[in-house]
Amino acid sequence: MSGAIYRKPIFFSIVATVVILAGTLATMFIPMFTEGMHPRLAALKPYTAIQLAGKDVYQQEGCNNCHTQTVRPLRTEVMRYGEYSKAGEFIYDRPFLWGSKRTGPDLARIGGKYPDAWHLKHFADPRAFFAQSNMPAYGWLAARKLDPAAMRSRMRVNDFPCTEPELAALAGKSELDALVAYMQAIGAAVKGTATASAALPPPETKNPLAAAATAVADGRALYDAHCASCHPNGGKDGIGPGLEDEAADDPDLYTIIAKGYEGEMPGFAGQLDRKQIWSIVSYVRSLKPAAAPQGGKAEEKGVRK
Amino acid sequence: MSEYAYDEKTVTGFIVSAIGWGVVGILVGLWISVQLWAPSWNIPPYFTYGRLRPVHTNALAFGLGLGAIFGLFYYIVMRLARRPLVLPKLARFHLYLFNVAIALAALSLFAGMNQSLEYAELEWPLDVVVVGMWVVFAINIFATIIKRREEQMYVSLWYILATVIAVAVLYIVNNLAVPAGLTKSYSLFAGANSANVQWWYGHNAVGFVFTTPILAMFYYFLPKSTGLPIYSHRLSIVAFWALVFAYLWTGAHHLVYTPLPDWIQTVAIAFSLFLIAPSWGSVVNGYYTVGGSWDKMRTHYLTKFFILGITFYGLQTVQGPTQAVRVVSSLIHFTDWVPGHVHMGTMGWVTMVVCASVYYAIPKIYGTTIYSEKIANTHFWLVLVGQLVFSVTMWITGIQQGAMWKAVSPEGTLSYSFMEGLAKNYPYWQMRSAAGVVFTAGMLFFIYNVAMTMRQGTLAPAKA
Repeated sequence: MSGAIYRKPIFFSIVATVVILAGTLATMFIPMFTEGMHPRLAALKPYTAIQLAGKDVYQQEGCNNCHTQTVRPLRTEVMRYGEYSKAGEFIYDRPFLWGSKRTGPDLARIGGKYPDAWHLKHFADPRAFFAQSNMPAYGWLAARKLDPAAMRSRMRVNDFPCTEPELAALAGKSELDALVAYMQAIGAAVKGTATASAALPPPETKNPLAAAATAVADGRALYDAHCASCHPNGGKDGIGPGLEDEAADDPDLYTIIAKGYEGEMPGFAGQLDRKQIWSIVSYVRSLKPAAAPQGGKAEEKGVRK
Repeated sequence: MSEYAYDEKTVTGFIVSAIGWGVVGILVGLWISVQLWAPSWNIPPYFTYGRLRPVHTNALAFGLGLGAIFGLFYYIVMRLARRPLVLPKLARFHLYLFNVAIALAALSLFAGMNQSLEYAELEWPLDVVVVGMWVVFAINIFATIIKRREEQMYVSLWYILATVIAVAVLYIVNNLAVPAGLTKSYSLFAGANSANVQWWYGHNAVGFVFTTPILAMFYYFLPKSTGLPIYSHRLSIVAFWALVFAYLWTGAHHLVYTPLPDWIQTVAIAFSLFLIAPSWGSVVNGYYTVGGSWDKMRTHYLTKFFILGITFYGLQTVQGPTQAVRVVSSLIHFTDWVPGHVHMGTMGWVTMVVCASVYYAIPKIYGTTIYSEKIANTHFWLVLVGQLVFSVTMWITGIQQGAMWKAVSPEGTLSYSFMEGLAKNYPYWQMRSAAGVVFTAGMLFFIYNVAMTMRQGTLAPAKA
């Protein structure tokens, strides 16, 4: 404990600096120059002007305070959100936007999960889709217009390719349009929405609940919770089509509900089990005004009561 | 001893400023805690959760935290150097610059200017101001320590020097960015690399704003206020060097299971576990300092602030490394457990020791005694209860959230939708807001007590 160093502040400070820099060099500075830190997926594209504008809005509004953008390689995480995040997806993010808190769901695989119309409606009123959501409404972003000149310099700083017509097209677009465009661009380099649906076994060839008395009532409750915000009951002006005349046969309808359509409708296999999906199929069949082609009388009664 | 005056006005200026920003930060904290369960409390564009949360963290970490650190560091350095500041006018300029910087920081965050780096949200023009402010501070601290009239540098000065050096390196590197206009920039670092730089910074901001400066206060004010010498000089040496060495290796424990290269995560986890040792070095040193005089917990009102403070530091530095371990991280990362952890450190350790230090320093500066020990005791119990309820409710709901996210039905599907998990948080979030009100009430007692102490005394230049 010879105390010489504690009598020499400059010497002390030099030693302290060296001690502090050891871990800094080993875990932060040196890795910066290794390839593992800068991988790039072949399918990854730079952001377009409107996507970058949307990413700027995402940062401006502090979305990363509540939403992560990194799917961990854990079984349930991949089931819920989709393919786990790869280092090569983020080279155009300066800085990264992985977040540290999931008050809302992860967004790493949000791109292509819903149509634009869904996002617009959801931003305007998150509780229209999820009654218990605590997300602030962001419809007011529609009144804030983008500035093409500012975006020109931002694209240049990022070194993203960009043409004058592309910038000119931003005039008149709103921050909300940009945010939606960014939503659709997130995770685009990696295929795969929730793989709970990808790994799904093929459905039965016939609805196993066709004769079950409560299937339609159960299905209706589930439909109201999960489907009605896009396919309103009996209505035709929803984000998705009305389902009174749904043409797909039962197994196809099951598969659509489970897996969704890329870019148009999310799959529900991660949230609904087999019996629940078949109940919804039963309910949708019961909507047909004429005699139900499948399912039979029991369900007709079920929906009327 | 020679006759000279300490520059106490700058010290009290910083303490009062820190308290002012603390009020702002705490009220915004209450507000955003309500927003989590009542979304109608979001008022766009300036007062949505996404914009207010950085105002909360910046106002408290840098307004309250740094303000108190600047003021009390000047106080400690002058006394341990046995001389006034070498550049008292520069210190006064530092005080004004600090308040201007924090005010501009808050306004810019309300306006949505945000680099999206946690605890480094401020855009580049303000980063320049912050660096300038830090240089001004460092010049005075180094000059005063170099020109000191006491040969030995006491432990607190080691922590102060380490703080000044580390924060300078951390802040400058993490904020490197290419401007695109006055209010927007893009980080020099991208993707996984930027994540690594950010959490090297983020974790060490905790290390060198919420740990080393508070230890500097602890090592100075605990012996001063109790009259008991620090138990072991040897232990404080070992703990100091081990702490400032190990801290810098641990940042990537914030990135467990992310695409960051695994080896960096593993190194960070290992060093996080090691960090328990030097942290507990200071805990043990604190306990043994008071050991044998435990009646002081009853008879001397400040002792319990320091001892509870160092106790929460001890709990924090065991809980933190535990969270770094992969299996624990997979359950609680991204959940409300983490804010519960952070607030034990900030409300239990940092605020407890800062308030106790202010309770000691303000009567000394004003040549008086504390206005009311009774009010100080009320303050103590309110912040203790508020903090415990806050943290414990967040731990419970965090584990519940993590477990619901992981639950799988026998069929192999997820048992709960995300919304089902979120809805289960509501009662806990409401309880957290209530806990916040209790804590805030405690802090109001503190502010009243400090204000009345200043009123009854006179700001006379202290004689050494």
